[in-house]
Amino acid sequence: MEFFEPIMTWLQHQSWWAAFILTSWTIIKIIAIVLPLMGALAYLTLAERKVIGYMQVRIGPNRVGYFGLLQPIADGVKLLFKEIIQPTASNKFLFFLGPVLAMAPALAAWAVVPFDLNLILANIDAGLLYILAMTSIGVYGVIIAGWASNSKYAFLGSLRSAAQIVSYEIAMGFALVGVLMSAGSLNLGKIVLAQSGGFWQWYWLPLFPLFIVYFISAVAETNRAPFDVAEGESEIVGFHVEYSGMAFAMFFLAEYANMILVCTLAALMFLGGWLSPLPFLPDGFPWLLLKVAFMLFFMLWFRATFPRYRYDQIMRLGWKVFIPITLVWIVVVGGLMQTPLAYLFH
Amino acid sequence: MIFQDYVFYSLAAILLFAGLRVITARNPVHAALFLVLAFFTTAGIWLMLEAEFLAIVLVLVYVGAVMVLFLFVVMMLDINLEKLKEGFWEAIIPALIVGGFMCAEMIMVLGAKHFGLDRVSAPVPHPAGYSNTAELGRQLYTDYLLPFELAAVVLLVAMIAAIALTLRRRKDSKYINPVDQINIKRADRVRMVSMQSFKEPTQAPDNKEQG
Repeated sequence: MEFFEPIMTWLQHQSWWAAFILTSWTIIKIIAIVLPLMGALAYLTLAERKVIGYMQVRIGPNRVGYFGLLQPIADGVKLLFKEIIQPTASNKFLFFLGPVLAMAPALAAWAVVPFDLNLILANIDAGLLYILAMTSIGVYGVIIAGWASNSKYAFLGSLRSAAQIVSYEIAMGFALVGVLMSAGSLNLGKIVLAQSGGFWQWYWLPLFPLFIVYFISAVAETNRAPFDVAEGESEIVGFHVEYSGMAFAMFFLAEYANMILVCTLAALMFLGGWLSPLPFLPDGFPWLLLKVAFMLFFMLWFRATFPRYRYDQIMRLGWKVFIPITLVWIVVVGGLMQTPLAYLFH
Repeated sequence: MIFQDYVFYSLAAILLFAGLRVITARNPVHAALFLVLAFFTTAGIWLMLEAEFLAIVLVLVYVGAVMVLFLFVVMMLDINLEKLKEGFWEAIIPALIVGGFMCAEMIMVLGAKHFGLDRVSAPVPHPAGYSNTAELGRQLYTDYLLPFELAAVVLLVAMIAAIALTLRRRKDSKYINPVDQINIKRADRVRMVSMQSFKEPTQAPDNKEQG
């Protein structure tokens, strides 16, 4: 140990070495986030099939591995070995850029998600804005995929999906404005800490309309049922009709990654993140996991329950119902914060 | 060179390339996508200037919203590239003159005389707890409150005007009021008739003899 000490101090004084250490340490942390996330979204597909299966009095996948536990791996291998067909007259570069642009922002947004008090990759001050910015880039995957396919069906589908995503982003953003008004910060860790004090202190209660609007918008934003016009079997003009094999799987994975992301955001913004619901229980990462799983279960439940929305009604719900609700509630929150009731929104 | 320099020069190179491609790309959709790349790279450079709020808002507003709508329009245009390039050589002389004037004006205003290294001191790095977002918010809502609100109202007026100008109510559209749809009752659509489930056979015609 004494032998290495001078070498280590010398190395630490070299700026390139410090940069190298910082970079490699950050990459290790990124891997520590992305790998479990990949596993989670693989098994979310299994959970979805199981949950919907039991809701429809079936048992879901149960052949590959015990309880179907190896099913996601089998699916992944199958998709990997499938041929990727590229339409002849498509734009090759953009055609393959589409799936990448769908997936990358969904992963990049995790950089600022706090898993625990100090368990966070980048504790930046404008974390909430960063997440909104990243999720708003995701729409390019949809647009580019639809255009580069050079097929009118894919193009129409991409226009529909993109318009839907852009519209619901506004309602989602306004719902989060209420949260940042209450917390007085854009930093996700501070937003969670502002909710400390147990179940009744979480923001779902004072901001209940915003919570509902946020969650429904999140379902629409991720193109999930009942807003899944992108894969509507009855009217199938999805933006990814021309994709096959792993290229299609990327869109599929991006959808699930986005699902986990919006549910994590819901847990952080409205359900107290890693805080425990009862004040005497210790806080910690398992609580966040539990809350995210709870919200995800709702998403699966929606898919098993609700019939698909008609497209014009999707747009009407976003623009004429949700945006006015959020606008009104933001004014209500702002007004109440000036009254003795301000303790509700601390 | 420190690490930040490498990041800056690579971002700047990408930005210049993207900017050049915006005006040289043959396909307007490609040009719009290069513009997106240019915005994104600019946001990276702003981040290096510790203007994280502006950088993120640039991505959120311009990349996430404005350019999406821009792409919508560009993608749906039926553009004939040959026709667009027609008359390029006839127009090049006036274009060069106008472009030259614009360049000269910009160099006069933005040149090294006013923005040189000796004029603008290097930005002082902020302490760790400095919040660009909070500072910007404080400035906007205290010192610059009136101009800020005025700009907001002007934008709102422009938005309403644009909507009012383009709003055409089609006479033949089969619009259905969703409220009416939701409030529909069974009685509005189906008339329940009380009738006997069993009907007495009233002298069935005897078909056997004929058939």
